[in-house]
Amino acid sequence: MVTKEENPLKKVCIICAKGSIEDVYATLVMANGAVMEGIEAKVFFTFFGLDAITKKQMKKLKTATVGNPAMRMPGGLPFPTLLGVIPGVEAGVSWMMKKGMDKLDIPPVGEFLEMITAGGGEIFACKMAAEMFKLKKEDLWDEVIDIITVGDFYAMCGGENTQIIFT
Amino acid sequence: MEEKSIAGVNITLNEEGYLTDPEQWNEDVAKEIALEEEIELSDKHFEVLNYLREQFLAGESLSIRKVGNAGIVNIKELYQLFPGGPLKKSSRIAGIPKPASCV
Repeated sequence: MVTKEENPLKKVCIICAKGSIEDVYATLVMANGAVMEGIEAKVFFTFFGLDAITKKQMKKLKTATVGNPAMRMPGGLPFPTLLGVIPGVEAGVSWMMKKGMDKLDIPPVGEFLEMITAGGGEIFACKMAAEMFKLKKEDLWDEVIDIITVGDFYAMCGGENTQIIFT
Repeated sequence: MEEKSIAGVNITLNEEGYLTDPEQWNEDVAKEIALEEEIELSDKHFEVLNYLREQFLAGESLSIRKVGNAGIVNIKELYQLFPGGPLKKSSRIAGIPKPASCV
């Protein structure tokens, strides 16, 4: 596909407020995709999204097997919600998601974040959510730049051709 | 499509400036395309370009992660070598199609 944009996007500010595998990856793919194209990227993790940049949780993200109408069995049959409550099912489904992503060369969360920062992307944590979950800077992934307020984040989202994306 | 003489070679480029035939490529062509991107090619650049060509000609799909794991440069260095779009720019300079990769 040919893309010719006369007034190209310069900066994306991405907000990640949810902590399931697919929500976090939506953020990471969008942020990494931006830096790959030479677009500045700033990412703000808040509420359960903080799991993605919390040392203890970032390797253990899960996909919801309950309350997820898009869930299907391998092969495409509907996935009964009641199955999702059986112990181990959520872990199994999450494992399959991660395996599927690995096949597509999509890295684990930590490595993905490193790819984004290697390209100049910046990662921030939400102050209010960090206080709510009692998280300090040292609990967070080492390259998180800072814990900041919503106002601080918006202050970085100015400028021409900037978009705010909420995943 | 555009016909152009680059470094004395007749080259066919697509609408986005990528070579349509990787066989028309040589190192001098690479150097000239790189200058259009304001990059002066070093040996390290060529190591990356040769790797990309090898992978492409072997039918492999390319991603930044794969290049970063190839043992030539890490991802940060890749961004430094080809600022503002490492995979796109390096592919264009390597004379291979624009990579259709989201990662």
